[in-house]
Parts: sequence; structure tokens; C-alpha cells
Amino acid sequence: MGLFAELRSSISRVSASLFADDSEPKRIGIYGPPNAGKTTLANRIARDWTGDAVGPESHIPHETRRARRKENVEIKRNGKTVNIDIVDTPGVTTKVDYSEFLEHDMEKDEAVRRSREATEGVAEAMHWLREDVDGVIYVLDSTEDPFTQVNTMLIGIIESRDLPVLILANKTDLGESNIQRVSNAFPQHETIPLSALEGENMDEVYEKIAEYFG
Amino acid sequence: MPETTSEGGPGDGVQIDLISGARMSGKTSMEKIRMILDGVRDGKIVVLETGLTPDEESKLIEVTMTEINPDDFTGIEIESFPQSETNDTSLLGRLMGKQSSSKLTVIGPANQIQSLHKDETLISALVSRK
Ligand SMILES: Nc1nc2c(ncn2[C@@H]2O[C@H](COP(=O)(O)OP(=O)(O)OP(=O)(O)O)[C@@H](O)[C@H]2O)c(=O)[nH]1
Ligand SMILES: [Mg+2]
Repeated sequence: MGLFAELRSSISRVSASLFADDSEPKRIGIYGPPNAGKTTLANRIARDWTGDAVGPESHIPHETRRARRKENVEIKRNGKTVNIDIVDTPGVTTKVDYSEFLEHDMEKDEAVRRSREATEGVAEAMHWLREDVDGVIYVLDSTEDPFTQVNTMLIGIIESRDLPVLILANKTDLGESNIQRVSNAFPQHETIPLSALEGENMDEVYEKIAEYFG
Repeated sequence: MPETTSEGGPGDGVQIDLISGARMSGKTSMEKIRMILDGVRDGKIVVLETGLTPDEESKLIEVTMTEINPDDFTGIEIESFPQSETNDTSLLGRLMGKQSSSKLTVIGPANQIQSLHKDETLISALVSRK
């Protein structure tokens, strides 16, 4: 950050705390690996508090290829209102092979375009994480092994920026869901189980959002 | 295979570059990332004695993404050992650069690494020729 940008942001931070009521909403990035349920969660939050959705969900990885923002989502919890902008990001990865999309019945042209969009989206999401995000909701598919290099690196990056982070163990409705494995992987953070699809345990999710990002 | 030889080394071998912490220490983040990606795009396995800082890792992902293309680069595989108990997250520790110290890191081309497996004490890579 340049000196002026830094000054500006520290001034806006000070004024934000002085005039907490009409402060700028916090920008909360929803990060995590592809297919974890980030968009499903973003849509549920947006529908619960604003009435409309953020973007399409799909079982095909890299459905979200451009970060999508839902602004001014007001979440009310325990007499407190938090105002956040939700940014649904593309699933972070270190590799994208267009030929994997061919297995999902896609023509080559479409697969190549999809992978190009995915790589641009991930690059953008990484850039934002360094510049432009006030807090992170990190979504994991709790049926999958959380000990991946991408998860470790991302959590490390988030920690190094001192961003508040909530870890969500998603898809608890599935039999193979293993919440303990997720909390063991990141014992330094709080893990909240949920099913974004079924809407299970959303009360606790909202409580924690208010607590962490309010 | 016909006459084409890879730039990574003679014939169809796999070249492994072990890069010492000393060699990395004088470089800027972008120089480090360039060195890693140039090596990996040539089909090499790059092993870093001291790894990257979180900030550098995020830039590595970002630059990797911008270079992926359907013709010859599908991205990277990367594994490193966790920073164990010596991880010092205090401000002083961070200023001293402890965050990136002794974090052995292995990086290779995604299309050549068939599996990269890790536990606390072992990183194991199965590499195919180009
Ligand atoms: N069973 C179950 N499925 C879920 C849950 N949340 C999401 N899914 C499914 O998981 C798949 C991926 O969901 P998305 O929300 O598109 O995942 P994403 O993390 O946004 O994926 P990318 O945008 O590709 O990174 C879809 O088929 C969802 O219906 C859940 O809580 N339970
Ligand atoms: Mg999505």
C-alpha cells in the first residue's frame, strides 16, 4: 500500500469506528477450494438477508470464475447489526487443466474458455486477498481432506495479513462429513459446521459473522 | 520420441534444482517467483531450502494463474513442510523474517507430477517424464 492509500485507509478506519452506525460495510471474502460450497453459502446469506442471490452454483468445479459481490448485506444478531459486502470468489487452486472440463460434456472451445476465465478469476481473488478484503470466511467441504497445500497456504496468507477468519466445515448433511478433521487441521481457528445447501446451523454462522466481522 | 529434446535437460530425464536459502535471500519476491516458474515451465522440479513468505506464496499463485494456457502449462504442484513450533508470529519474529525460515518447499509442473504426497516428515513426489 502506498503512503496515501495507507493514510486514507487509516483515516477511514478511524472515522469508521467513530461513526460506527453508517460506516462503510466490511468486505468479507468467501474463499476456499473449488466446489466447497462458497456460492451456495453466499446465496444463502444473500437470500436470508436481502432476498436475492449472488450467482449460480454447480457440481462442476470452477463454476464461479469472476468474483461476485453482494453489497450492503445487513445481518442482525443479538441486537447488533453488522453491515458487510459479501465477495464470492472462485475456488483457489494452483493448477487448471481444461481437459478436465471435457469430462463434464463440454466442447473443447468451451472448456478452454472456462479454464481461462477460472485462472483470471483466481488471480484476481489472490490479488484482492492482499489488497482489498477486511475479513475471510474460509469454506471447506468437510467430506474432503482439509490438509491440502492450497488450504495451508491460503490460511497462512490470511494469518499473515491479520485478517479475521472463520472456518466453515460445509456439507455436514453428507454421511462422510468429518468436522473433527477440519478443526484438527486448523486448531488455531474456530471451525463452524454447517450445511449451506440444507441451511443447517446457519444461526451459529450468523452469530459468528456478527462476532468476528461486526 | 523424435528429435525434440526438452530444455529442462538432456533426453527425457527430469531435472531437479535444489536452491539454497543463500541463493534466494538477495532476491526480490518477483525475482524468486520468476526463477521458480521459469524452472517449472522448463519441466524442472524446484526444491527451495527456505520456501516463500505467505505474501510471496500468494503472488506465486497469482502469477501461475496468469501463465496457465491450454498449449503448454497447466500450473504447479507445491508442497512444503509446516512451520512447526518454531513458527513465531510475533511482530518481531515477523520482522526478522522467521515466517519463511526453514520451510522446505517442493514445486513442480502439475502435468508431470502424478502425485505429491505429504505428511509431517516426508514429501513424496511421483514424477513422470515430459
Ligand atoms: N450435500 C451438500 N452439497 C452442497 C452443500 N453446499 C454446496 N453443495 C453442493 O456442492 C456443489 C458446489 O457448490 P458451489 O456452491 O457451486 O461451490 P463453490 O465453492 O462456489 O465452487 P466454485 O465456484 O467452483 O469454486 C454444488 O453441487 C452444491 O449443490 C452442502 O451443504 N451439502
Ligand atoms: Mg462458486
